[in-house]
Amino acid sequence: MTRENVVSIVLLCGLLILPFVAQAAGYPFYMTLATRMAILAVAAVGLNIALGLGGLVSFGHAAFFGIGGYAAGVIASHAMNGEHLLGFAVPASMPVAWLIGMLAAGLVAIVTGLISLRTSGVYFIMITLAFAQMIYYFAISWPAYGGEDGLSIAMRNSFPGANTARPSDLFLVSFAILLVVLLFFWRLRDSRFGAALQAARQNEGRVAAVGIEPFPIRLVAFVLSAMITAVAGAMYAELNRFVSPSMLSWTMSGELIVLIILGGVGRVVGPVAGAFVFVVLEYWLGGLTERWQFFLGLMLLAIVLFSPGGLMGLLAGKARHD
Amino acid sequence: MSLLTVSGIESWYGASQALFGVDLTVGEGEVVALMGRNGMGKTTTIRSICGLTPARKGRIVFSGSDITHQKSFRIARAGIGLVPEGRRCFANLDVSENLVATARPGQWTLDAVIELFPRLGERLSQSAATLSGGEQQMLAIGRALMTNPRLLILDEATEGLAPVVRDDIWRAVRSLKQSGLSILVVDKTLSELMPVADSCVVLEKGSTAWTGSPADLTAELQDRYLGV
Repeated sequence: MTRENVVSIVLLCGLLILPFVAQAAGYPFYMTLATRMAILAVAAVGLNIALGLGGLVSFGHAAFFGIGGYAAGVIASHAMNGEHLLGFAVPASMPVAWLIGMLAAGLVAIVTGLISLRTSGVYFIMITLAFAQMIYYFAISWPAYGGEDGLSIAMRNSFPGANTARPSDLFLVSFAILLVVLLFFWRLRDSRFGAALQAARQNEGRVAAVGIEPFPIRLVAFVLSAMITAVAGAMYAELNRFVSPSMLSWTMSGELIVLIILGGVGRVVGPVAGAFVFVVLEYWLGGLTERWQFFLGLMLLAIVLFSPGGLMGLLAGKARHD
Repeated sequence: MSLLTVSGIESWYGASQALFGVDLTVGEGEVVALMGRNGMGKTTTIRSICGLTPARKGRIVFSGSDITHQKSFRIARAGIGLVPEGRRCFANLDVSENLVATARPGQWTLDAVIELFPRLGERLSQSAATLSGGEQQMLAIGRALMTNPRLLILDEATEGLAPVVRDDIWRAVRSLKQSGLSILVVDKTLSELMPVADSCVVLEKGSTAWTGSPADLTAELQDRYLGV
């Protein structure tokens, strides 16, 4: 077993066990923190497909995160009020919210990807940002679902076999999603598609010269990435029982990129390490000073300068092909 | 019957014209040596055939289809495998991924490539960036073969390699020729190139200056077109 695998297993076991230990010790709040870590990690794993494997620095993933959040919020709101959604009765179900969020985010990703993926570098960043801001302003001016004030979720959507009102159950659902998307990312990275995607990241022309068209590969990666991020957004809304345009803001996109850089770009469990550090710093340093982001910035700077492989690089050594 | 016919192609890099009329033909199962001094247009000709520097004038026909203005991935899928100058493997992938990522159905499978280059088989999970120059060259050839091409283009495949590694590469080229694969090869090692080539095309100042068999490429012609 490689060192990276050992570190990954330790990290995931720690994330699974520690909140229950804390809860047993009389600190139930840590269950919510762990849930937040797991959800942010899911979002970052999604972005890691585009950024880590495909080299696509999307500054618009908050749009997909927010779309997932609104899918959960809108479904919960309609179910609560007994209202139909587009003529259909919708159950207050998490899997339904995920499915709708994934479909909506996937459709938006196809449209934005068809345009943005024809560019690269700073142009790609700016176009993805522009699309995300368009959706952000749309949400602000959408009074039916709270507009700028956002939308409260009075009662969380349900999940079969779980009581989602109980923090431990919500954590376990979030952790299960994290495991599924990590497994998906790992299999995707090591697949032929993943190899072609990573090759396209290195040199588009060279990939084309061996018969691979980079555009559709990148588009598929971008859409998959968006769909996973949408599931995370839906869970984030469930956790907070609230969804607002802030989930769609460009700062959210920035946070997801920070998580990946902190954890290790392209590393399977990198987003988990990144989310762990981010949430711990946010909670711990945030209790000491309002300007905790300054210290996060210092840490990010140190990681970029001294450990391009992120925290996973520090803990587990170089990636297979760093 | 000719597999590849290049007729009077002219190519530019921006405003600078690099090719002024290149003609060449590669038949089925034939090995054609593309020759000329440095800067005469050999690599540009290859880039134009592969769609990387599309020709603005002239015509390139491969297996009966006009590919002059096709995108490079379509040309590769049509059956032209390129081993570019400087090897240029995907450094962020391991050997196995480099080979599998480009695979297309046909006789060239991972096992077949490993049989041709056993050293690659010993390094399947090793990052391409950590291979020696010779191993990277084998990987570049293997990667092109995995696309199951009907025409393999080798651009300076032995440049900068140790003599013993060059021997391995030339052994592989001879083996590929025996298998019936058409090959267009650019190389400066005439002593190895001449015995394996069926015909030669010499470029000078971006256009075809001479075409013939290796036996007809006399010392005087070599001195005129290839001498430094």
